[in-house]
Amino acid sequence: MRRNPRELEQLNRVSSRRALLLAGVQLAFVGGLAMRMRYLQVEQADQFRLLAEENRVNIRLIPPTRGKIFDRNGNVLAQNVQSYRIVIVREDAGDVERVLADLSELIPLDPEDLERARAEMQRSPPFLPVSLADRISWEDISKVAVNAPALPGITPEVGLTRVYPRGADFAHVVGYVGPVSDYDLSKIEDPEPVLRIPRFQIGKVGLEAKREVMLRGKAGAKRVEVNATGRVMRELDRREGQPGADLQLSVDADLQGYVQARLGSESASAVVIDCETGDLRAISSSPSFDPNLFVRGISVTDYRTLTEDIHRPLASKTVQGLYPPGSTFKMITAMAALEEGLIGPEDTVWCPGYLEVSGRRFHCWKRGGHGHLNLEGSLKQSCDVYFYDLALKVGIDKISAMAQQFGLGIHHDVPMSAVASGLAPDRAWKKRVHGAEWLIGDTANAAIGQGYMLASPMQLAVMTARLATGRDLTPRLIKSIDGIEQPSHGGAPLGVNENNLRTLRKAMYAVSNDRRGTAYGSRIIEDAFRMAGKTGTSQVRNITTAERAAGVTRNADLPWNRRDHALFVCFAPYDKPKYAVSVVVEHGGGGSSVAAPVGRDVMLQALYGDTPPLAAYPSKDRSRIKAQQDRLHRERLRVQQEQSGRA
Amino acid sequence: MSYLEHRVKSTPSGLRKVLYLNWPLALLLISVAGVGVLMLYSVAGGSFSPWADPQIKRFALGFVVMIAIAMVPIWFWRNMAALAYGVSVLLLVGVELFGTVGMGAQRWIDLGFMRLQPSELTKITLVMLLAAYYDWLPAERTSRPLWVLLPVLFILVPTALVLKQPDLGTAILLMAAGGAILFVAGVHWAYFAAVIAAGIGLVTAVFESRGTPWQLLKDYQYRRIDTFLDPGSDPLGAGYHITQSKIALGSGGWTGRGFMQGTQSRLNFLPEKHTDFIFTTLAEEFGFVGGMSLLTLYGLIILFCIASALATRDRFSSLVTLGIAVNFFLFFAVNMSMVMGLAPVVGVPLPMVSYGGSAMLVLMAAFGIVQSAHVHRPR
Repeated sequence: MRRNPRELEQLNRVSSRRALLLAGVQLAFVGGLAMRMRYLQVEQADQFRLLAEENRVNIRLIPPTRGKIFDRNGNVLAQNVQSYRIVIVREDAGDVERVLADLSELIPLDPEDLERARAEMQRSPPFLPVSLADRISWEDISKVAVNAPALPGITPEVGLTRVYPRGADFAHVVGYVGPVSDYDLSKIEDPEPVLRIPRFQIGKVGLEAKREVMLRGKAGAKRVEVNATGRVMRELDRREGQPGADLQLSVDADLQGYVQARLGSESASAVVIDCETGDLRAISSSPSFDPNLFVRGISVTDYRTLTEDIHRPLASKTVQGLYPPGSTFKMITAMAALEEGLIGPEDTVWCPGYLEVSGRRFHCWKRGGHGHLNLEGSLKQSCDVYFYDLALKVGIDKISAMAQQFGLGIHHDVPMSAVASGLAPDRAWKKRVHGAEWLIGDTANAAIGQGYMLASPMQLAVMTARLATGRDLTPRLIKSIDGIEQPSHGGAPLGVNENNLRTLRKAMYAVSNDRRGTAYGSRIIEDAFRMAGKTGTSQVRNITTAERAAGVTRNADLPWNRRDHALFVCFAPYDKPKYAVSVVVEHGGGGSSVAAPVGRDVMLQALYGDTPPLAAYPSKDRSRIKAQQDRLHRERLRVQQEQSGRA
Repeated sequence: MSYLEHRVKSTPSGLRKVLYLNWPLALLLISVAGVGVLMLYSVAGGSFSPWADPQIKRFALGFVVMIAIAMVPIWFWRNMAALAYGVSVLLLVGVELFGTVGMGAQRWIDLGFMRLQPSELTKITLVMLLAAYYDWLPAERTSRPLWVLLPVLFILVPTALVLKQPDLGTAILLMAAGGAILFVAGVHWAYFAAVIAAGIGLVTAVFESRGTPWQLLKDYQYRRIDTFLDPGSDPLGAGYHITQSKIALGSGGWTGRGFMQGTQSRLNFLPEKHTDFIFTTLAEEFGFVGGMSLLTLYGLIILFCIASALATRDRFSSLVTLGIAVNFFLFFAVNMSMVMGLAPVVGVPLPMVSYGGSAMLVLMAAFGIVQSAHVHRPR
């Protein structure tokens, strides 16, 4: 509309005034915003910068690479292999069952694995990945990766898996690893954070457990930038951890494999110890099991098969198994008597088939008696009465002390699970443990390695090696750590009379080389490798008088678990001992018929470092030995094929 | 015939008008838009997609629209004011009836090539209508109650419709911008005193009504207010925006982390990092210096508009320019206050910088009117 200039002038004056006022207000507000910005960005910058870092930076642990384990020749016993697995995140999968059905159409899935995964998903929070299948082949993992869009929540993952290429051969020595359990954590004081990484694996059994800290190494850490949902965007920096130490064992994997095969399906164990260094060259327990099963997570059926087997495959019999040493103990009784000067090597004892001790008859294994016997004769024929007589003269405390001097009844620090100390009893022990007086009959039993006397196969091997060398060798399992040679314990002289040792060695030589010796059938013909040994047959039950009257039941007629244990210890070459071997066949029967041949075969294998020539065997056995060698060779080939497939 | 039409012959005509544009203002707008593109590029992790590229195209379109509008004489726009206002109110009703629900509120109509947000349009058309009204109103009636009631109704009708969507931010902006024009037009100060008193009463009522059946705001709106008053009370829930936004801002320091080095916004700690919270990215990456630069640009835009308004003797031109300036000011003032934790989180974008087509186009059109007033000012 038309306005007159005066009115317009007035209106504009008012408007201009107010517009300037408004402009002032606006500028004041802008100034206020600037002040606020200054406050936040300049005065409080440090605090907010810190908060921003906390927002953005996460510290992640880098699990260390577990140390490898080798045998003395550099063969791999335990290593880490890249493996592919498939995990599912419940939260992302949505309809889990449908996704699983789709997946099983694509690749083969073990129903038992699936069942376990379902159970785990029930337990764990929905955002945690649960493993569906382990050790997937490259083809299968590619199939899954290609079809990823159709499989929500399914991710292929790369990880390191512990693999034991030698499988059952080293199950008891090396042991195995498994995921950290709550029980494991509860046992460790102030556990390292790395143990709390889901599915982190630690040693459960054997060397893996005993040298866990060394093998595990130190975890590194990396700082990563994460976004609001926790997804890692990039790595900022990292502090490398320290990989676990590589361990080299004193064991010879090929010899171990041979021993394992030679023991076969018997419930048995054998130890080969180096007489110069104390190195354990083979330490085999049979039957064994595949430790790789445990790494994967063993199925209930497999586990039940292992636990219900009466031959106890899970037990590490070489160090954990305790047996009455039987006649193999007789050297110790003799040694005690010789050291005390109570007998001379040529002094004889009359064996009528029994010895009467305070009204009770202690029988010799040979009912008719051996007649007059000196030390060599009694050891050769394993006469019990001779040793009853010696023991009663020398007394249990001296025998027990001698046993301990030769490595029985004491703890040998070998990094394996459940290493047993055995028992070399004396008066004080019985008083302490049983609260009873030591009886003269106890001494008689102890004299022939029965009664309270208990030893592990490894201890028997140590005993034999000490007899052979006169030095206090101690067993060594770890040869070097990260290439640094560990001290061996060739040992100082035992402090016993060398002549007495020589006498005993000579007697042991007779055991396996004299026509009347109990191990004559298992002699070595090769002159350079002549073997000295001692058989043992230890009872696991008392033979009652009534039984004895009715005629002793033949071993073979008894149920398996009541039969005698068969034992054999030996060393060779006789004049310059290289190895000592102990063999225990649980409920195997007679030491000379069952254990001694095994001991001889193992010894020859160790001495030759390979299949021994038939010339080393007595000529009449050669055809049988040939057949056995061929059979074992085929068996080894089969196992090796299995093992290389695993690696 | 108005004074303006009387002197039309001395104003430039034809393409020569382009030379008479308020070029400093245009350059300021280009600068601000440039900052926006830069930030969108950074937020996308150094990529023109998905935000920077469309933003450039929209700004180019907006710039053309601005010049096109500027070429049309200002009196045409004055004559169109009532019609434009009517259309935008009808569109608001249309949104209510047929609109698309986005982000929990009915806000836009899908036109195919773009989503029209009628509430954005209304901010401008309301300013145009009020300016035209006071251009027409004889001076002595300015403060008469009946003649004050009419513009108040003009303001309240769209405000009520916007509030119903519900879009509290735009509603407040509409009222504030409308009120500013009434103030500048010379309505007696007693009215404003009364309105402010009533406003305080209303705020009291809003808080008193909470939890009762006649509750005046939606629950989420109350929560936003709570969060604003004490962001620490729920740092991962409703207070998350404000806390994270302050962290991002504060961690910028004096000069910032450097272009593309911002962590908080690009790592998604901040939702809506490319829209309402884009200022945090700028402040984090360029620090206090960067933030102040943008604030200065905004301040200069306001000053140039006010200078232009004061320079013209045409009442419509003057009022419409001031109204648009106030609108623009409210935009960035509310957004920045919100980002800096001075105001509750209301959905108001940072003008010319935040990603979004509708708001930018409407703003550029508004500046087209400012430019038209400048070009066609009586000389």
